[in-house]
Amino acid sequence: MVKVYIPRDTSSISMGADDVAAAIAALSEDTDIVRNGTWGMTYLEPLVEVETNQGRVAYGPVKSEDIPSLHKAGFLNGGDHELCHGFTSEIEYLETQDRLTFVRCGLIDPLSIVDYVNNGGYHGLENALKLSQKTIVEEVTTSGLRGRGGAAFPTGIKWNTVLEAVGDQKYICCNADEGDSGTFSDRILMESDPFCLVEGMTIAGIAVGATKGYIYLRSEYPLCKEILNAALKIARNENYLGKNVCGSEKSFDIEVRIGAGSYVCGEETAMLDSLEGKRGMVRAKPPLPAHVGLFGKPTVINNVLSLASIPIILSKGGDYYKNFGIGRSRGTIAFQLTGNIKRGGLVEKAFGGTLAEMIDTYGGGTYSGKPVKAAQVGGPLGAYIAKDDFDLLLDYEAFSEAGAVLGHCGIVVFDETANMKAQAKFAFEFCAIESCGKCTPCRIGSTRGAELIDSGNLELMEELCDLMDTSSLCAMGGMTPIPVKSALKNWPEDFRSSDSKDV
Amino acid sequence: MVDLEKAKIVVSRFKDIEGGLLECLHAIQHSFGYIPKETLDIMADGFNISRAEVHGVVSYYHDFKTKQSGRKTVRVCQAEACQAMGSRTLTDHIKKKLKLDLGETDEKGDYSLEAVYCFGNCSLSPNVEVDGKLHARVSSDDFDTLISTGAE
Repeated sequence: MVKVYIPRDTSSISMGADDVAAAIAALSEDTDIVRNGTWGMTYLEPLVEVETNQGRVAYGPVKSEDIPSLHKAGFLNGGDHELCHGFTSEIEYLETQDRLTFVRCGLIDPLSIVDYVNNGGYHGLENALKLSQKTIVEEVTTSGLRGRGGAAFPTGIKWNTVLEAVGDQKYICCNADEGDSGTFSDRILMESDPFCLVEGMTIAGIAVGATKGYIYLRSEYPLCKEILNAALKIARNENYLGKNVCGSEKSFDIEVRIGAGSYVCGEETAMLDSLEGKRGMVRAKPPLPAHVGLFGKPTVINNVLSLASIPIILSKGGDYYKNFGIGRSRGTIAFQLTGNIKRGGLVEKAFGGTLAEMIDTYGGGTYSGKPVKAAQVGGPLGAYIAKDDFDLLLDYEAFSEAGAVLGHCGIVVFDETANMKAQAKFAFEFCAIESCGKCTPCRIGSTRGAELIDSGNLELMEELCDLMDTSSLCAMGGMTPIPVKSALKNWPEDFRSSDSKDV
Repeated sequence: MVDLEKAKIVVSRFKDIEGGLLECLHAIQHSFGYIPKETLDIMADGFNISRAEVHGVVSYYHDFKTKQSGRKTVRVCQAEACQAMGSRTLTDHIKKKLKLDLGETDEKGDYSLEAVYCFGNCSLSPNVEVDGKLHARVSSDDFDTLISTGAE
């Protein structure tokens, strides 16, 4: 039997992976097809791997039309072909990464708990069950992990607040409402290594004394829902979830809840209201969710990748994780290379590289082949950064100082044809569509902002930006000025043209 | 006629789940294709909240429809990573092809056209979903082929 790996993640399927799998299955009865997760080299998807004695040989991007010529070239024995990239583990894009959180993505069958355990899975939980709650939290604090959703708040401090909070019931809420354009790292983790998130949430529950967890998943990720629910069922059957987790005194279970297409529900307090079955309106803070969170109880709210980084921290220790990164940005972060980029995908690296390294070295420049004009980093509320500033260090503090945000680390590349006035106007329009409506600067300012861009009254628009920045209730209204002002600052010439529609 | 008995069965599955209204609305929409206004009272009763509160939730979220959608729904991403790969031009083409604006359904009920803000497939933009199936790197010609072949 020849083992053939064909990914089953949203990106691969959108490029025809299911057809490729069917075509390969039809070739021979002597193949064992494993639908693995993705390695994150999206530009090569669907990436078909054939297991040989020397290792896994990669072919991609494979279309079902390519199967006859691949077969002729003997790909089931690792034969050479124009789509062959040699051994997967030696592909430079992958080999040069620092894979900690995503170490199993692509490697394993996402729904094989045996694969998971054989590749380091559940070692963190095993350790956590031997430690006191306080020691687990200290280990997370030591790691220097900061919230990967975008706000970069120290995870250990958040956990400690919930640990010390008094409550008859506490909750772990995983924010899987990955709405930023240019991001998909949460999706890849959930589709390619769901047990990693389950383990991370279980450790969080044990650490702070919560017995129930929710994954708030956006509705645009139907495959994640399917895979997560299947993983939860397996974990329950294997006693990794439920009463007396792994035979211990601790109990913990997880439920997946689906959002309904609202961007602002990625804001943590709006997410809580949505989880409670209400309109996803932003809550005023204080009280902090750590004190008064879901259903009024102390609640840990963490992003998917924050929670998925916990197993390795508890497995190898906080110091191991902390040794990656620079300054106050410790560990690794998953960059997502998107938009007009030649080699798009996920690159997990220690903090400290540069934007140029990501866009040029990994990304290979634009997909169109035209010169790069701008990169928007950190989602729709992130700054548009000009090519001249691509030496910016990938570090939370360096980005803040430059008036930009690293956020959830989506990097959207635009070529020279982009019109930055149109992009600035879109920032306001998006805010108008997605504002929860609770605070006036965001609800009304967003519409007035788009009008001011059209009218050309940029002085008043900048005043409006300052007002939204200082007086909005949450980041939606408060940070919409960031893309707008960065576009105006870097490309004032685009704002002089009357056309804001063409890109 | 809306089958109210069917709605009652759906609501009974969710009414005792803490914060279960969104899940219930998804299930109602799955059963009926939209949220019929006749079902609001049933949900209000089930969750012990006012009809106005149920309406407030339905009207807040983009996903919940108050009218029947077309037999096929075309969803086009309008967010930045797709814009960087020409989604504005593609959207204009799709609007012309289907003779619909974003948010509209044609009179015969064949197609609905909707905006989406990100499918999370941003390395392979622009993205279009036809009838629940996501397609990446879609050109105007690709879209025409998708529509003419039924896009299964």
